[in-house]
Amino acid sequence: MSNIAAKAKELLESKAVQVVIGYEAGPTGVVRPAFVTDPAKTDSLIYNENCLQNLAMYLTKHEVKHLGKMGIVATLPVMRSIMMLISEQQVVAENIVVLGISDDGKLLDIADMNVMKAHIEKSNLGNPTKDQEKLAELNKLSLEEKFKFWEQELSKCIKCYACRQSCPMCYCIRCSTDCNQPQWIPVQANTQGNIDWHILRAMHLAGRCISCGECGRACPLNIPCHLLTMQLSDQTYNYFKVHAGTSVDMKSVMSTFEPNDKESFII
Amino acid sequence: MADFEPKVVAFVCNWCTYAGADLTGTSRIKYATNVKIIRFPCTGRIDFMLLLKSFANGADGIIISGCHPNDCHYTSGNFHAKRRWIMFKELMDFMGIDMKRITFSWVSAAEGARWAEVVNSTVARVRELGPYVSYQKMVNTHIEEEVTNE
Ligand code: SF4
Ligand code: SF4
Ligand code: SF4
Repeated sequence: MSNIAAKAKELLESKAVQVVIGYEAGPTGVVRPAFVTDPAKTDSLIYNENCLQNLAMYLTKHEVKHLGKMGIVATLPVMRSIMMLISEQQVVAENIVVLGISDDGKLLDIADMNVMKAHIEKSNLGNPTKDQEKLAELNKLSLEEKFKFWEQELSKCIKCYACRQSCPMCYCIRCSTDCNQPQWIPVQANTQGNIDWHILRAMHLAGRCISCGECGRACPLNIPCHLLTMQLSDQTYNYFKVHAGTSVDMKSVMSTFEPNDKESFII
Repeated sequence: MADFEPKVVAFVCNWCTYAGADLTGTSRIKYATNVKIIRFPCTGRIDFMLLLKSFANGADGIIISGCHPNDCHYTSGNFHAKRRWIMFKELMDFMGIDMKRITFSWVSAAEGARWAEVVNSTVARVRELGPYVSYQKMVNTHIEEEVTNE
């Protein structure tokens, strides 16, 4: 039995939690999320390099939340998501037990949010290297080239909203895109509407995206929409020296300000 | 493009820039008539989606203007707006959407002449850039596509 399975079993048996959210191998061998409520069934829980999905998005879902206290298998992005959700008062720290996973795949002992905070603080909080490289590459392009790139990528979007659904920070019960009075985003998937949709989503995640890359992974058309939010994560740090999801009492970047915030374009 | 008259939408706050624009009028200062002014309670209320809507509906340029920092009627609305526009500008730059079409300014209720100047310079710049076809085309292309598909 793996460490994770053993720990999950212990948590469920002692009734410290009522459900453990983790990963298991599906019938075809593909990794999928697992919700284990029975201590006898924790053996299915696994962790390997294919376990990439950001499980934190389930923490705010009614179907999972109503089961009771939740244990969750959490790599760094998941831990940061949990911090973010606590700071935005979407989940309560006392209802969550974190089965932390270190960068090299070992089970960490995360006793409480302070321990988690210490772990997050000594980790690399920038965007993942391969995404950061792609960002640097895109940032070198001219305005026209950038527009062409995004116009082409986003013209493929079918507005399935998998990017939104997979993101832990897109927890709104009624998303602005679903709002039709006023209709901010056209219903049909046309290029202009798709671009509007992605601007809206990126702006809503400014200062909140924890760079997990889940939105991009979830997209059935491989649209790198995570680069939009990651670019803003980068800029959040450049301008305001804030990394999202690093403490439970973090102030929301976009609903706070410093009088001396620097900009150079307002005349 | 000699006969091109740019359409410019101005989103302004009620307390400073709108009053400033009023002063421009009462001071009998002439300025470009290309601008359509839309009054908002505060710059903090100006949603970035309104800008996209304007472009999609045919605007060639946009002005966002409110009270100078520390002069906000609601104390901090313009500071919040400032953060929002910093992020918005970064996103636009990253997506290759030309920010030269958007003017951000602080114009107080006493700056009637300055408002004329902001409008005139914006209209001149947008006239130079020409109609915002790349954005408007995206709206139309898909409509044509849809029609041909049917
Ligand atoms: S896109 Fe915006 S409104 Fe929609 S779920 Fe995400 S954060 Fe909420
Ligand atoms: S990378 Fe995507 S899924 Fe992850 S937090 Fe950012 S926006 Fe959400
Ligand atoms: S997941 Fe991809 S196709 Fe679906 S709405 Fe997001 S970007 Fe568009």
